[in-house]
Amino acid sequence: MLKNRIIPCLDVKDGRVVKGINFVELKDAGDPVEQAKIYSDGGADEICFLDITASNENRETIIEIVRKTAKECFVPLTVGGGVRTIQNITDLLLAGADKVSINTAAVKKVDFVKEASKKFGSQCIVVAIDAKKISENKWEVFTHGGRNKTGIDAVDFAQKVEENGAGEILLTSMDKDGTKSGYDVDLLKAITNSTNIPVIASGGVGSLDHLYDGIVKGGASAVLAASIFHYGEYKIKDVKEYLNSKNVSVRL
Amino acid sequence: MNVTIVDYQSGNISSVINSFTEVAKGKVNLKVTSDIQKIKSSDKIVLPGQGSFKSCVDSLNKVFGLVDTLKEFAITNKKPLLGICVGLQMFADVGYEEAETKGLGWIPGKVSRIDNQKGKFKLPHIGWNEIEIHKNSKIFKDIKNKSHMYFVHSYEFIPEDKSVISATTDYSSKIVCSIEKDNLFGTQFHPEKSDKIGLKMIDNFLTL
Repeated sequence: MLKNRIIPCLDVKDGRVVKGINFVELKDAGDPVEQAKIYSDGGADEICFLDITASNENRETIIEIVRKTAKECFVPLTVGGGVRTIQNITDLLLAGADKVSINTAAVKKVDFVKEASKKFGSQCIVVAIDAKKISENKWEVFTHGGRNKTGIDAVDFAQKVEENGAGEILLTSMDKDGTKSGYDVDLLKAITNSTNIPVIASGGVGSLDHLYDGIVKGGASAVLAASIFHYGEYKIKDVKEYLNSKNVSVRL
Repeated sequence: MNVTIVDYQSGNISSVINSFTEVAKGKVNLKVTSDIQKIKSSDKIVLPGQGSFKSCVDSLNKVFGLVDTLKEFAITNKKPLLGICVGLQMFADVGYEEAETKGLGWIPGKVSRIDNQKGKFKLPHIGWNEIEIHKNSKIFKDIKNKSHMYFVHSYEFIPEDKSVISATTDYSSKIVCSIEKDNLFGTQFHPEKSDKIGLKMIDNFLTL
């Protein structure tokens, strides 16, 4: 039986790990390579780096971090943030990333998803969708870390990226991100019910039952969280034991 | 011992290189190349594969003499070869991803899309799944039945001769995830991404 994945996410800015509260206030909390190794040794099913540096001058920084991490962690490594060109993807994969996550570039031009999945295979193309609730059962896609509206419906967009070869969707609720009040389960349901590719839930985890909700109520194949792991509130092992005790299958 | 990871410019093989390098440290001389002479003088070969069946076969064919060299190595000289993911799938006669494409034809069978029961199972099959060991394969030495391995694929290898199957995994049906036929080994899962158990399997192959 396929297990539900637990993915710790490390937000990296200028080579250091940070985690934003609603994407604004940033706190410094460590060295990314060391953190990744701790997670991988602790039983993380995958590791995700989100590069929020975004400025071109510092792109080499994340590539160097990926290169070092990939030599020490032997679980899948996903890298996102500022992935805009085929060359960006090539550089990250060559450095040792297994998947890249594309956000703004996919919204701007969905053909980029098609081109990337054709060139590198769907298995390594994750499309990150940041969505914000606009009315009952209606969500809009946002870009640039939640700053820009697009007018695009999140469900339509999710289906579109699937058609264009995305292998997975990383779905973040902009309303919930950083609030620790749980995933937007309705948003998750809307997306998981209308697509056939795995969906990774993100944004809003504050306690263990939130992860349970994401999988069981929201239908997510994987759950991603940052702060709850990062500040040591829970270890990966705690999460897995909790989910296992609630009959959610995980890799123990 | 000389082990070669075949680099035929298809897909991302960084993780394969990293994990084999980690395991090979100090005991095996590891090369990453598509150089025919170096492949010929190797003791073992690793054939990775990412992307579609068609793109991998096309890339293999683009390297002049590579397919014949691999055949001579694995079929004529019967030296150990491990195929990973599409690397394993290419052992088949034919694959149906993108377009009907002729495989290497080393193990009779075909590669077709996983029947996901009309969307009941999401594809690709991504993540950690248990393997059910069917026969005592040398690469599973000290690896327990029901161990977790990491998968990413939408297509499955269906061999005609079921006796080559060394493990299956359960995803909509029993999917073949490992084969052993004489000196030929293959895994549908990614040992290079399967944590300590995956590294153990790589070690088993390297110390065969």
